[in-house]
Amino acid sequence: MSVLTFLKPRGSGSVARERLQLILAHERVENGRPDLIITLREEILNVIAKHVTVERDKVQIKLERGEGVSTLGVDIEFPVDAVLKPKAKAKRAIA
Amino acid sequence: MAKVLCVTSGKGGVGKTTTTAALGAALAQAGEKVCVVDFDVGLRNLDLIMGAERRVVYDLINVTNGDAKLPQALIRDKRLENLSLLPASQTRDKDALTDEGVERVMGELRERFDWIVCDSPAGIERGAQLAMRHADVAVVVTNPEVSSVRDSDRIIGLLDSKTVRAERGDTIEKHLILTRFDPARADRGDMLKVDDVLEILSIPLLAIIPESLEVLRASNVGCPVTLNNPLCAPSRAYIDAVRRLKGETVPMAIPSDRKSLINKLFTRRAA
Repeated sequence: MSVLTFLKPRGSGSVARERLQLILAHERVENGRPDLIITLREEILNVIAKHVTVERDKVQIKLERGEGVSTLGVDIEFPVDAVLKPKAKAKRAIA
Repeated sequence: MAKVLCVTSGKGGVGKTTTTAALGAALAQAGEKVCVVDFDVGLRNLDLIMGAERRVVYDLINVTNGDAKLPQALIRDKRLENLSLLPASQTRDKDALTDEGVERVMGELRERFDWIVCDSPAGIERGAQLAMRHADVAVVVTNPEVSSVRDSDRIIGLLDSKTVRAERGDTIEKHLILTRFDPARADRGDMLKVDDVLEILSIPLLAIIPESLEVLRASNVGCPVTLNNPLCAPSRAYIDAVRRLKGETVPMAIPSDRKSLINKLFTRRAA
């Protein structure tokens, strides 16, 4: 937080408005659709399972919602003897 | 032609039951034949707010299941003869309501009354969806607070998809009543502004109900606020809302008990 924001205090009401606008923009798209995250997770896992064996509990999925763009981070831990030998971990972000 | 109005919100504790009682009584005072219906099966409260809790014999579930006839379950208000209450059941749960039963009862109510005001339970589940299912008009009750606005947004989505009107391809009339509004907090910038809420939810504003002790007083004595003290700020806002529902154009204001000069003069003279 900079000195400028400290000197220019604003009510918490405008923070509430901005947070609501952001979250509702996302929720309106998601509601009425099957759970996007679960669908994506299943499809991504199916693609990977074609090539390597993946343990379900070694998969981490993170979602960050931003103003113009959201990122979905899928973190999959491959077993040591997996086909892709040089890397034990593969990281991929889908916008 | 009878109109079914559903008072809904998603979130609990925002003022649905208070609003149902206040609008129902104000509509009745304006000469309409009104029935207020409690859809909150298992957690009924409209009877208590209306002051009819000791007169409940049969309830909505008894009527939908065919154990009682509609006229047996209707409780006529002691203050206004054209105002009736159909209470919810306190011992059953929401699963006891059947789609067919509710449809039949709403049809019967439409034949007897001009306005049927349905008090929805909180949440977005079956009970709330049944309460809104046959509505022609919906009043979304919202507090100027993040969780309430978010839940109202969700309810608006359901009104546009899960009601009979929506399924037929018709539009459902939606209005916003902003309750527990505190002008002092809004001025300080510590509350969502009216325009913020309207911009986010994008449905027309029906009334702004200021936070008031009068609402609590009315519930304490079991009388709709619009009957208990028709001159207080929340009552004036609800009465204006009813005029707007009936098609009148009424300028929007946030009524206040403190600043009103007329009120001050009136109290002085009376004292």
